[in-house]
Amino acid sequence: MLTIKNLHAEVDGKKILKGLNLEIKAGEMHAIMGPNGAGKSSLASVLAGRENYTVTEGEVIFDGKNLLDLSPEDRAREGLFLAFQYPVEIPGVSNLNFLKTALNEIRTYHNLPAMEAKEFLKLTKEKQQMMDFNANLMNRSLNEGFSGGEKKRNEVFQMAMLDPKFAILDETDSGLDIDALRIVANGVNKLRGADKAFMVITHYQRLLDYIVPDFVHVLADGVIVKTGNKDLALELEEKGYDWLKEDVHQKESV
Amino acid sequence: MTSDINKSFYDFISNGIPGPEQQAAAGNAILPARKEAFSRFRSLGLPTLKTEEWRYTNIQRYLKDAFTLAEEEQSTVTAEQLKGASIPKLDSYTAVLVNGRLQPSLSQLPADGKITISRISDAAGNASLQTWFDKHPHLQKQSFAALNAAFFADGLFIEAGVNASLDKPLHIIHVYTAAVNAFIQPRHLVVLHKSATLEIIETSVGLNEAAIAFVNSVTEVVLEENAELWHYNVQSTIKNSRHIYHTSALQKADSRYHHFNFTLPAAELTRNNLSVALTGSNTETNLHGLFLATEQQHVDNHTFVDHQVAHCNSNELYKGVLLDNAKGVFTGKIMVHQDAQKTNAFQQNNNLLMSEKANINSQPQLEIYADDVKCSHGFTVGRFSEEALFYLRSRGIGEEAAKTLMVNAFAFDITDQVHIPALQEFLSDKIRRYVTGAINN
Repeated sequence: MLTIKNLHAEVDGKKILKGLNLEIKAGEMHAIMGPNGAGKSSLASVLAGRENYTVTEGEVIFDGKNLLDLSPEDRAREGLFLAFQYPVEIPGVSNLNFLKTALNEIRTYHNLPAMEAKEFLKLTKEKQQMMDFNANLMNRSLNEGFSGGEKKRNEVFQMAMLDPKFAILDETDSGLDIDALRIVANGVNKLRGADKAFMVITHYQRLLDYIVPDFVHVLADGVIVKTGNKDLALELEEKGYDWLKEDVHQKESV
Repeated sequence: MTSDINKSFYDFISNGIPGPEQQAAAGNAILPARKEAFSRFRSLGLPTLKTEEWRYTNIQRYLKDAFTLAEEEQSTVTAEQLKGASIPKLDSYTAVLVNGRLQPSLSQLPADGKITISRISDAAGNASLQTWFDKHPHLQKQSFAALNAAFFADGLFIEAGVNASLDKPLHIIHVYTAAVNAFIQPRHLVVLHKSATLEIIETSVGLNEAAIAFVNSVTEVVLEENAELWHYNVQSTIKNSRHIYHTSALQKADSRYHHFNFTLPAAELTRNNLSVALTGSNTETNLHGLFLATEQQHVDNHTFVDHQVAHCNSNELYKGVLLDNAKGVFTGKIMVHQDAQKTNAFQQNNNLLMSEKANINSQPQLEIYADDVKCSHGFTVGRFSEEALFYLRSRGIGEEAAKTLMVNAFAFDITDQVHIPALQEFLSDKIRRYVTGAINN
C-alpha cells in the first residue's frame, strides 16, 4: 500500500530524514518508536504534505501513485489520514460543517455526488457512537476549548468519518489518561481491516498493549535502525534507546 | 484650506459651475438650505491627509480625474443589467434607481396609502422633507455631505405614516452608470413616523467599466417615537467606481435602528460615514458591519454613535476581511454626553488579514462625559493561520473551500444577525465567490 524508498527530507536547511525505507502492506499495523528528535513526527508531516518540509531525495508510492507529487488535500482524498499530535483550534467553524465539507470534497474528487443531509447525519451518529465521542462536541467550533483528550478523540472520530485507507497516528496517546487511551485504542481497533493500514507513532509501549502492532520500527537520526515485532517495544521499554544508537554508531564506523 | 491637487476639483465646484439655484431642485422650499450648504462647502474645503477624519484615506488621489456633474437621465436599463444587484428567492417590493432617480417602470412599489415612496424631486411640497432636509447635526461639518446637499439632482423619498408597516421588505436597487467620468450625487430621505416599521435592503450595480462613477450619496433617516427600521446596505459594484456614503440617522424615544453594512468587492474606494444621533431616551441601536476587500480596494468605515440623552443602548460590531493588497480603515466613535446617564454602549472591531500585503488601521474612540454608564470598545487583528489551513487541507478540503470556510466562520457573527434567509444566502454566496476569486488571482 505504501512504499517509502530512500527518503531524505529537511526543514529550514536542517536534514531530518536521511534515507528512510519502509514498506507497509494492506491490513498491517506499524508502530514507529524512537528517541526525541529522531524524525518521527517529521515523517508524518512529510507524508501528509506539510509545506515547510523539503524532500531532497527518494520517493513514496501510495497505492501506485507518487504521493509526493500530490497536494495535501489530494493525499487525503486518495485515502491518507494524519491524526495530528497537536490538533488545531478553528473558531467559528463547527465540527459538523467541517466534516461535511471534508466528506463532500473527497466525494467530489471521486466523482460522487454530495452526501444527502439525512445520510450525513446517520453516518455521523453511527461513527459518534462507535467512537464513543461526545455528541455535544459536534456542534461546537472545531477543537475550540476542547480538552487535550477531547481533541485526540476528535481526531479518531474524524478518522472514522473519513474512512481512510492509510492512517498515521502521531502521538495520539500523549496527554491521554488511561481511560481515554483505552477508548481511543478501541476506536482504532474497530477501524482495522484487511484493506487498511496504520502507522502509529508513539513514545510509550503502553499504547501497544491495546493496539497490537504487526511491526515495531525504531527511528533514530532520520533512519529506521531496527525492526521487530511487538516484543521489540517491550525490550525498548526496558532498555531505552541508547543501545541502539551505539549499534548504529558501530555500523557507521565499520 | 485646500491643497493644490484638490484645487482643480474644488475650483471647478466653487466657481466653474452654476450655483444650486440652477441645479435640478426639489422645490424652492429647500433652496435656502441648499445655498447654505454650498457656502458651507466653500468654507470647509475638501479634506486632505491632515484632516483628522481622513488621515488614512487619501481622497485627493480619487479626485484627480476630471468629472462631470451633469447627470444624464438613463432609463434604458434592462432587467438583465439589474441581475448583479438582484437577490434570488427574495420576496420584496423593489425600487430601482438609476443614478439616484427612481424608475417606476422597473420598480414594484407597494400600494399602501400610509407609505410614500417617490423621487425626492416629486416630494417638493412634503412637510417632512421641508422639516428634515439636511438637518442631521452630524452632516454639518462634512464637506462631501454639504456638496451633496448643494448639488444633488435627485434621490428617494420614503415616508411611513403612524403605525405603518409593509408585509415584505423594500429592496432598493441602485444602478450607477456613466458614459464619461461622472460625479453622481444621490440624496435620500427616510422618515418613519410614530410606531412605523420598515425593512429596507439596498444593493447596487455598476454598468460601465469604461468611465469612472464617483458616487457621493447621502441618506438621512429619521425615526420618530417607537419606530423601527431594519436597514441593510450591500455595497458591491464594479472596480471603476468610487463611493462616499453618508448615512445619518436620528432616533427619537423608544425607536430601534438596526443597520447592516456589507462592503464587498470591487469598488476601488468605499468610504462609509455612518452616524446615529440619539435624541430620545430608551432607544436601541445595532450597527453591524462586514467589509471584505480584495485586490487594491480601499475600504474606510467611520461610525459615530452620539448618546445625547439617558437610557439608550447601542451595540456595534464591525468585522473586516482583507485579502490581496486591500486596505481597511475603521474609526468608531462613541460619544456619551453629560446627560446621557445609564447609557449602554458597546463597540467591537475584529479584522482578519488573509495576505501579507493587506493592512488595517483601526481606531476605536470613546468620549464619555457621564459617570453612570456601561461602555466598552476593542479591536483585534488576526492573521490567517497557515497551520489551520494545513489542518483543513489534510482532511481533503481544498485551499479555496478551506479559506471560504474560515472567512464564513469569521463573518458568521454578522451574517447570522441577518434575519432574511434569502439575503443571508445571497451574502454567503458572494463571500464565497470573492474569496475564491481572490485565491485565483
